[in-house]
Amino acid sequence: MIIVWIIAAVMLTTAAAVTMFRLLAGPSTLDRLVALDTLVAVTMCAIGTWAAFSLDTTVTYGLTALALISFVGSVSVARFRVPDTDKRRAARRLR
Amino acid sequence: MSALDVVTAVLVLGGSTLALTAAIGVVRFPDTLTRMHAATKPQVLGLLLVLAGAAIRLRGNADVGMLILAGLFTLITAPVVANRVGQLAYREQNIRDDLLTRDEMLEFAEEREPGTNGQD
Repeated sequence: MIIVWIIAAVMLTTAAAVTMFRLLAGPSTLDRLVALDTLVAVTMCAIGTWAAFSLDTTVTYGLTALALISFVGSVSVARFRVPDTDKRRAARRLR
Repeated sequence: MSALDVVTAVLVLGGSTLALTAAIGVVRFPDTLTRMHAATKPQVLGLLLVLAGAAIRLRGNADVGMLILAGLFTLITAPVVANRVGQLAYREQNIRDDLLTRDEMLEFAEEREPGTNGQD
C-alpha cells in the first residue's frame, strides 16, 4: 500500500511544479489565473491524499475552506483585474 | 490489504493521474481557452476521484461529510470560474482564431447587430 502513496505524492508534486511554470510564465493575467486555479485544485488533491494516507480528519475542514476561498479569489481576480489586451493580437483579429 | 483498500488505491492513483494530466495540459496547450478547458474538466474529475478514495478510506468517520461538501462546492463553483475566464478571454481576443472550428459568439453578435464583429 505504501507504494501507492509514494506514486500519488510524486505525481501530485510533479503536477504542482509543472503548473508553477505556467503561473510564472503565463503571457496574460487569465493564464496565471487558470494556473492558480489548477494549483489550488492540485493542493486539494494532495490534502485529500494526505487525509487518506494518515487517517487524519482534521485537514478535511481545510479542504472545504480551500474550495470556497479559491472560488472567491478567482471570481474577484476575474472581476477586478486590470485588462491586459495585446494590441497586436487584437489588430490581427479585427483585420 | 482488503478490497476497499484496493478501490481506494485505484481512485487515488486515477485522481493523481488526472491532476498531472491537467497540469501538463495547462502548460502545453496553446491559448487561454484550451488551458481553461484543461484546468477545469480533468482537474475537477481528478479531485472528485481523490475525494471519493479518501471518503472510502475514512469510512465511518463523521468528517467524511466535509469531503462531500468540498466535492460539492468544487462542482458548483468550477463552471462559474470557467465561464468568467472564457468570456473574458474571448472579449479580449486572447484566443487563437485558427484553432476555432466555430465561433458561435461571433455568429450571435452578427445576428443581433449586423456589421459589428462581436466587440461590446
